[in-house]
Amino acid sequence: MAHFTKATSVKDWLDQRLAVNKLEKVMMSEYWIPKNINFLWAMGMVLVITFVLLVVSGIFLLMYYVPTTAEAFNSVNYTIMREVDFGWLWRHVHGVAASVVFLIIYIHMFTGIYYGSYKKGRELIWISGMLLFITFSAEAFSGYMLPWGQMSYWAGMVITNLFSGGSLHADGLVEWIRGDYVPAQAFLGRFFMLHVLLLPLAIMGLIGLHFGALRIPHVNNQDGEEIDFDKESKKYLDGDKAGSKVMRFANDFMSKDMMVVGIFLIFFFYLVFYNYGFAMDPVNFDPADGLKTPTHIYPEWYFLWSYEILRPFNIDLGLVLFGFAQVIFVLLPFLDRSPNTCAANRRGKAFSIWFWLMLVNMIVLTAMGKLPPEGIFSTIGLVAAIVFVVQWLALPIITSMEKKV
Amino acid sequence: MENNSRRGFMGKAFGAVAAVGAVGSLVAMKKSLDPLPSVKAAGFTTLDMSMYEEGLMITEKWRGKPIFVLKQSSEMLTKAKENPKDIERLIEVAGSHYMVCVGLCTHLGCIPAFRPESNDFKCACHGGEFDASGAVQMLPPPRGFDIPPFRIDGNKLVLGEAGPEWQAMKDNGITL
Repeated sequence: MAHFTKATSVKDWLDQRLAVNKLEKVMMSEYWIPKNINFLWAMGMVLVITFVLLVVSGIFLLMYYVPTTAEAFNSVNYTIMREVDFGWLWRHVHGVAASVVFLIIYIHMFTGIYYGSYKKGRELIWISGMLLFITFSAEAFSGYMLPWGQMSYWAGMVITNLFSGGSLHADGLVEWIRGDYVPAQAFLGRFFMLHVLLLPLAIMGLIGLHFGALRIPHVNNQDGEEIDFDKESKKYLDGDKAGSKVMRFANDFMSKDMMVVGIFLIFFFYLVFYNYGFAMDPVNFDPADGLKTPTHIYPEWYFLWSYEILRPFNIDLGLVLFGFAQVIFVLLPFLDRSPNTCAANRRGKAFSIWFWLMLVNMIVLTAMGKLPPEGIFSTIGLVAAIVFVVQWLALPIITSMEKKV
Repeated sequence: MENNSRRGFMGKAFGAVAAVGAVGSLVAMKKSLDPLPSVKAAGFTTLDMSMYEEGLMITEKWRGKPIFVLKQSSEMLTKAKENPKDIERLIEVAGSHYMVCVGLCTHLGCIPAFRPESNDFKCACHGGEFDASGAVQMLPPPRGFDIPPFRIDGNKLVLGEAGPEWQAMKDNGITL
């Protein structure tokens, strides 16, 4: 058995049994972060905090929510909103956070693309991040079913219909996913389970993987510079803090991180208290009715860009391109053939144009997805969808022609 | 060496046990998610066809989906007879012709509205139109309304059961 001595303090008692000092060093004070970064590097922490907000507000909602088709709508719109003291707060925090988390994810993603943070040893960070994006999408969708309003029902109908595979008419598969011919009790029950247990577990596991994948290659920096972390950290520990290119994760980097988090939270709670309407679709305040379709069925804003890629084409081609759009971002580290790890603007004209066009095009797709598919909008949507696909097909070509900088 | 082969054997033995268990649990998981017997048993709807009035569109419910029933007026029937694709879609029960269809647009599943003034259906989602026999008259829907499996029983229609008339329609590609 290991040798234990009489503890001199509570901390020492814990240290002998759990190695808390070592743990603190590995996880916090001697986890090194480059100094050459900006506020965009704080988005990871903003996402962690938003996820915590979702979990905490979700726990309170879960105590009053009833997952049956007869009771779900009233348990949300009457019990939680009218009867439970501060029930409205949990619901609005949950709804707004579900929407805002995607805004931050998109910023986090495009920051990664811009600075080349998926290259040279950081591939797994990118891949685990994209898997998180996919599980968050599933989490958002399954949560959207739970109030059992008109939009819940019809979004559930349309999205599960996608699994019939267009002309393949795999109706058996769709019925298996629903557990019924249409979304009903079996459907609500399984999506409730997914939303409150299986998907949150998967998300927590993937967050662990995401952080773990970050450990060895370390965080990228604004210039994509390859830093010798052993040398720089030694310089720091030897007292040359100003000359070292790195700083401690805690408290140095955390203090800046939490500053950004503070600003974010002020914006977030402004939305929760004064501008929560964008996260609460009015159509979903009508109870689900399988015999009446809402005039327009559209997803939440964060799914609009991929919905718009589905829409302008016939059902089969639409489904293929929709599937393409869902997975293609995952492959980015392998489609980008360039040896350069640095800001998009410094990688030469071609990639710089590619990056900004991708960003603008996704905003265009999002806007067109919200508008009714008529006249000029449907043409713009079609062009934008084609541009999206062509850009991804062109990426390996333009990046392999890129000059080393 | 001897130890290694023993360990190897134990590893393979456990692998075999685990594989059987894994297959068994996957079967159980798949089956647990199947539609329940009560759901399947509720999958039949019987319509008394003598109740309907000519030219009046009625929405029934089968397996949670809307079913459009439209007894053809003589005007609609004359129009349908001009087009063999239309007349094939109608179901004849006790001498009268009926359109009986799943009332979901074949494009993305919205419910089109009946327009009594023009005797046709218009989908508000993406502008698709269907005529009084349920055939497409304006895109984007890829095909006419689907016809639910039915069996003719005197002047009654049992939805959910595939009778010879429906089977013939399916074989001729009139419905899926």
